[in-house]
Amino acid sequence: MLATYLPILVFILLATGLAGGIIVASLLVAPRAPDKEKLSPYECGFEPFDDARRKFDIRFYLVAILFIIFDLEVAFLFPWAVSLNTTGVAGLLSMLMFLGVLTIGFVYEWKKGALEWH
Amino acid sequence: MGEFAKRHQSPWPIIVCFALNFSKVVALLSPIDFLFYLFAGFTLAAGVGVITARNPVYSVFFLIAAFLNAAALFLLAGAEFLAFILIIVYLGAVAVLFLFVVMMLDINLATVRAGFVRYLPIAAVVGGIFAAQLIIMLLIWQQSETPPTLNALGNSPMNQPNNVYALGRVLYTDYFVAFQTAGIILLIAMIGAIVLTLRPRAGIKTQVISQQVSRKSSQSVRLVDLKLGQTHPTTAATAPTEPQEGSA
Repeated sequence: MLATYLPILVFILLATGLAGGIIVASLLVAPRAPDKEKLSPYECGFEPFDDARRKFDIRFYLVAILFIIFDLEVAFLFPWAVSLNTTGVAGLLSMLMFLGVLTIGFVYEWKKGALEWH
Repeated sequence: MGEFAKRHQSPWPIIVCFALNFSKVVALLSPIDFLFYLFAGFTLAAGVGVITARNPVYSVFFLIAAFLNAAALFLLAGAEFLAFILIIVYLGAVAVLFLFVVMMLDINLATVRAGFVRYLPIAAVVGGIFAAQLIIMLLIWQQSETPPTLNALGNSPMNQPNNVYALGRVLYTDYFVAFQTAGIILLIAMIGAIVLTLRPRAGIKTQVISQQVSRKSSQSVRLVDLKLGQTHPTTAATAPTEPQEGSA
């Protein structure tokens, strides 16, 4: 089983090696002459006005949490799709019920306007 | 300088000796064991990073690294489905949510630091409980089945032909109730999130496409006959009153 994941391991090693190599090479090879202006922070030519971390709209959070819920719903579909030939009608009805329950939530969400971006 | 320096002239022999022995130990490990220790080490290092990073955003990024390495550990244990769910759900969605929360909290580092001593007892109790659980689990692990037996679980007949298939075979039929309960919990989470965060806003201009499309030109365009120098009531800024019907 694990042998199937060997290419991913090779890929991770290559990516890490390449990224590390580039960083180290730029540290060693590139000329560096820092001065005050080069090291100062810039934001389209202005000094930063204030802290970037400020409160923002809760609706971003709502969208994220709805995304997680549907993400989980889709996650349940993967083993179902793989094993449907053995679980048969029982598996199909089970999944239809599951999706039906979540569709109630989806209709509620739609009618409530939670997906609208005013 | 003096006695100490004479006795310990150079640290290099010790370091080289340690490195040689370390490489011997590593060479004794099977590739899988080596990968396990590698990913477990990265997971631990990332976990330490989560609690020591000064910037909470960096903490979340360390957490993402910890999730990724934990996924690799799951993969090594033969739990393919869990590994990929960890990547899809935790890395793809939960980490994003954490970033949102961290940014929404508007954290002032000084105030967080000020509460350290005050929250230390509670944190110590919670941490102690977690540590106790881990130690108990470790003791049970040593007394129960040996690790090779547990390692073999990844390739057990239960896990054939693969982990995802084995899970699907039992999840939707044998564990029907648990599966439907999961669906209902997701429904409650969805409704709860909407009820808690969705507020009707006053004074929003929304586009209603059906109204836009069904609008006739006869209802919205009027021919106005103006004399030279005269201003129509609707176009003049000083006259906000509704124009009289047939005034044109």
